[in-house]
Amino acid sequence: MNRHEIIEKNSILMLIGILIVVAIGGAVEIAPLFWVNGTVEAVDGMRPYTPLELKGRDIYVREGCYVCHSQMIRSLRDEVERYGHYSLAAESMYDHPFQWGSERTGPDLARVGGKYSDEWQRAHLADPRSVVPESIMPPYRFLELTPLDYRDIQEQLKASRSVGVPYTHADVANAKQDLEAQADPNSDGAEGMQKRYPKAQARDFDGNPKQITEADALIAYLQMLGTLVDFKTYHASAPENRR
Amino acid sequence: MPTESASGRIDLAIIPGFLITVFFLAIFAAAKSPDPGMVLQAWTLAACIAATGAWYLVTYADGTPADERGPYMNDVVKAGVIASMFWGIAGMLVGLIIALQLSFPDLFYFPDLPWTNFGRMRPLHTSAVIFAFGGNVLIATSFYVVQRTCRARLFGGSLAWFVFWGYNTFIVLAGTGYLEGVTQSREYAEPEWYADLWLTAVWVSYLVVFLGTIMKRQEPHIYVANWFYLAFIVTIALLHVVNNLAMPVSWLETKSFSLFSGVQDALTQWWYGHNAVGFFLTAGFLGIMYYFIPKRANRPIYSYRLSIIHFWTLIFIYIWAGPHHLLYTALPEWAQTLGMTFSVILWMPSWGGMINGLMTLSGAWDKLRTDPVLRMIVVSVAFYGMATFEGPVMSVKTVNALSHYTNWTIGHVHSGALGWVGYVSFGAIYCLVPWLWKKQRLYSNALVEWHFWISTLGIVLYITSMWVAGIMQGLMWRAYNDFGFLEYSFVEGVQAMHPYYIIRALGGALYLTGALIMVYNLWRTAGDRTPSLADAPERPLLALVPEPALAVRAAS
Repeated sequence: MNRHEIIEKNSILMLIGILIVVAIGGAVEIAPLFWVNGTVEAVDGMRPYTPLELKGRDIYVREGCYVCHSQMIRSLRDEVERYGHYSLAAESMYDHPFQWGSERTGPDLARVGGKYSDEWQRAHLADPRSVVPESIMPPYRFLELTPLDYRDIQEQLKASRSVGVPYTHADVANAKQDLEAQADPNSDGAEGMQKRYPKAQARDFDGNPKQITEADALIAYLQMLGTLVDFKTYHASAPENRR
Repeated sequence: MPTESASGRIDLAIIPGFLITVFFLAIFAAAKSPDPGMVLQAWTLAACIAATGAWYLVTYADGTPADERGPYMNDVVKAGVIASMFWGIAGMLVGLIIALQLSFPDLFYFPDLPWTNFGRMRPLHTSAVIFAFGGNVLIATSFYVVQRTCRARLFGGSLAWFVFWGYNTFIVLAGTGYLEGVTQSREYAEPEWYADLWLTAVWVSYLVVFLGTIMKRQEPHIYVANWFYLAFIVTIALLHVVNNLAMPVSWLETKSFSLFSGVQDALTQWWYGHNAVGFFLTAGFLGIMYYFIPKRANRPIYSYRLSIIHFWTLIFIYIWAGPHHLLYTALPEWAQTLGMTFSVILWMPSWGGMINGLMTLSGAWDKLRTDPVLRMIVVSVAFYGMATFEGPVMSVKTVNALSHYTNWTIGHVHSGALGWVGYVSFGAIYCLVPWLWKKQRLYSNALVEWHFWISTLGIVLYITSMWVAGIMQGLMWRAYNDFGFLEYSFVEGVQAMHPYYIIRALGGALYLTGALIMVYNLWRTAGDRTPSLADAPERPLLALVPEPALAVRAAS
């Protein structure tokens, strides 16, 4: 113990000692996730968010939805029965940052896409207790009254691409058009949007064809959640998915 | 009064230079940004810098102020104490409001005021109590302790003041940002990229002040409290920088995309998140424990050996525990198991620290009856022991399967936050105010008693209601009926929470009441007009602080 005096009398030694000791755990646990094969399984169907979904996700983040809603179905029997197939790592591979959440004051939303109609989502967002009397969720009527600000959508795609989301040059160049086409499937750009984002749902999500609102974006995002991976071709017990 | 010239001081060239540069960057951003969130944030930053600049001008206009020429800088510690109490009350009040929102949604939500919604207010609550209250307590106490235990004035001249103003500017930026909807959605690391850059500058300055003071110490040994403060400062810097790596959409917008995604991002965030608990809320406050308990009880630390073992094992093991936030998720199994294992092991160093703190009272247990301040600190260590036992239990996978995502976690966090962090901070501040304002004693020990018992009742209501609520929630989610179907819909679980949410809000209200009593007591103490100790020389504090050598003798 007396040898500890050496460290106790030298602040720089102590500083270095602390740095080494606290660096080990993080390095051993986090670093391998970037290079161990199988950390993220290969699945069919995953694609980057459409511009409208990406904007919806921004609103999801802005309003702090992650504070009460998880997007991570654990591999437990009751969760799989309640919410659907347990979440795969691949399903959040384009999430910068992830939205797994830590609390379920409200239900998990990892597979909420398609479970409710747009109309239900609209009513529920505007006044949650009008459709679920026991709900304690805040009201979000302002979303359908606020026009979506998507002036920066190209820059958003570019920034996403710079951190690894595989948006192509065509995706970036057509971002604005694709966003408008998803909210109005009768527009000219609808075909190109479908080609760039296979199986993207395109419709007037907020029931107000006059303008694209924040509700359009958020509902487009919610209706997509958990619907991308093709579970017919995914086999959990395949060798590449065992880890 | 100040006579010494302040010209030619490096700190008074660099800091104002830095402030002016950032001020003009902020004005530029406010003028040019297309993003309304950024415009508001930039004006807020500019206003905070203007206030800091005005303070610098007034303080240094007539040369170096007396406080910076004395043996110790006390004014910056005083400022930290005041800021702590201000933010503490604000943060607890927001906590009470959001607790009431979950209890009575029709009364406490305002459809036309998006910024009052739970999703924006909860980060405000957590950041205000952890970073604004806790952070100011840590900065103030560390500045106080490091000077006394090193017998040296703070290093860097006015740099300590930059740390204080800069840190609180960060708090204002973060808090107003959340209400505007500016967040990167990383729990306890919500502020966006520019606020993170600002905090990095402040935090490096903090390290320079703290380490610089240690380096010019008059004592051969670095006192044990300073080990913990140093580990807290260094590790938080590391965690902050790595966890906030992000690409802004543009330099004129608030929005950014984190460098990592999905599973890697999740573990990076919980490596950060868990160690914000481990190093901010634990190591830093253990620094407080290691100074204020021996000082207040007037006893040497129980075991010098235990301090060494406690320190190194705690900081080594804590950093591994992050994956217990991600059990049964898409995180690879090996990482989950590793995280759970180290979380269970973590129980040992945690209790080693608790024992070292509690046993320091050997021979002075009677003081718990007569000194409510010491009792508050000792009870905080007991809560620390309780929370650090509960934590490892909850990190066991089978327990976590039940507890995760439920209110049990909220209860666990608050037994640590209200019981440990809150009480040890209150205890330290009750000690500091008479010492700093040079008063004989606190205005009223009876009011400390009231504070103690009212807030203890509040904590008990809070954590027991959340235990019951959380376990009930977990059991309802996994309950099956006789036909093999899930017994309850999700919303039935929400409904079942209602009475417990009300009890929790009541507990929070009691805790806040206690803190308000404390503010009154401190106010009266500082404003006391009876003869003070103002002219008395600084008390021989070192004689009362057990030096390591003294502790060695006690241990051998």
